[in-house]
Amino acid sequence: MIIDLINFTPIQSFLGGALIGFAAFLLMLTKGRIMGASGILGGLITKDFKTDWLWRVFFIIGCLIGPVILITAFNYEIAYKPVASGIIFYIAAFLVGFGSAMGSGCTSGHGICGLSLLSKRSLISVITFVTAGVITVFIIKLLGGI
Amino acid sequence: MRLIFASISGLIFGFGLALSGMLNPSKVQGFLDIFGVWDPSLAFVMGGGIMVNAIGYYFVLKRDKPLFAEKFTLPTTTNIDKNLLIGSTIFGIGWGLAGLCPGPVISNVLLQPQDAVIFLIIMVFGLSVGRRISNQSIHSE
Repeated sequence: MIIDLINFTPIQSFLGGALIGFAAFLLMLTKGRIMGASGILGGLITKDFKTDWLWRVFFIIGCLIGPVILITAFNYEIAYKPVASGIIFYIAAFLVGFGSAMGSGCTSGHGICGLSLLSKRSLISVITFVTAGVITVFIIKLLGGI
Repeated sequence: MRLIFASISGLIFGFGLALSGMLNPSKVQGFLDIFGVWDPSLAFVMGGGIMVNAIGYYFVLKRDKPLFAEKFTLPTTTNIDKNLLIGSTIFGIGWGLAGLCPGPVISNVLLQPQDAVIFLIIMVFGLSVGRRISNQSIHSE
């Protein structure tokens, strides 16, 4: 195993993670809800959303503005380098949505919230999606990229 | 009040995602590339997040109810079913292919609209199809 020391950012990643955890805690304390991005988005496209959609929109607006504050107030440069394009990118988008709906959660819902609740389902989900992701990336690299 | 806190929670979430490196697809793929040149950073995101949230949840869930809602809405399903395994596998494949998952996609909308907007639209379409199919299979079991 070779560690990528050039891109390794343990301090920023840990602090960012701690903030993500705090956000999840805050949403549970005030609204009593799990902070799962796919669940919060998914709740906006169900038929029985009448009474339960406004907080989701407010949460999403916050998500949009958060990174802008990091850039403007802290003069921080957020790196962005895409790894897929064209048809693969679109297929990936569908799989991410479809899979997180079918598996009842994504990185935030199962990863940050479910594991904090010591949920067995979330543990199995995280192990499964990380393994699937690792195998996918392994195959991509084997094929020399996409 | 609960709406203000929902947006503050979203704001901190988006800020944390950006700081942690989760908005960068190549960093996410670097984390999943354990057989190549591995960037373990995202394990620190997970570690930091769970550490804070597990302690937070521990105290919050001792309360009778949330500050601004009638009750806590927690998942009730406990069994490991086919949908969980298949869904998580499909999600993991998409995550590996594009290096993006739902939270970071939302938080990238203003920063990288050329990628994030179309990804978000297709992802939401995937969410609705996934919901429909998994509901059907629950009813048929």
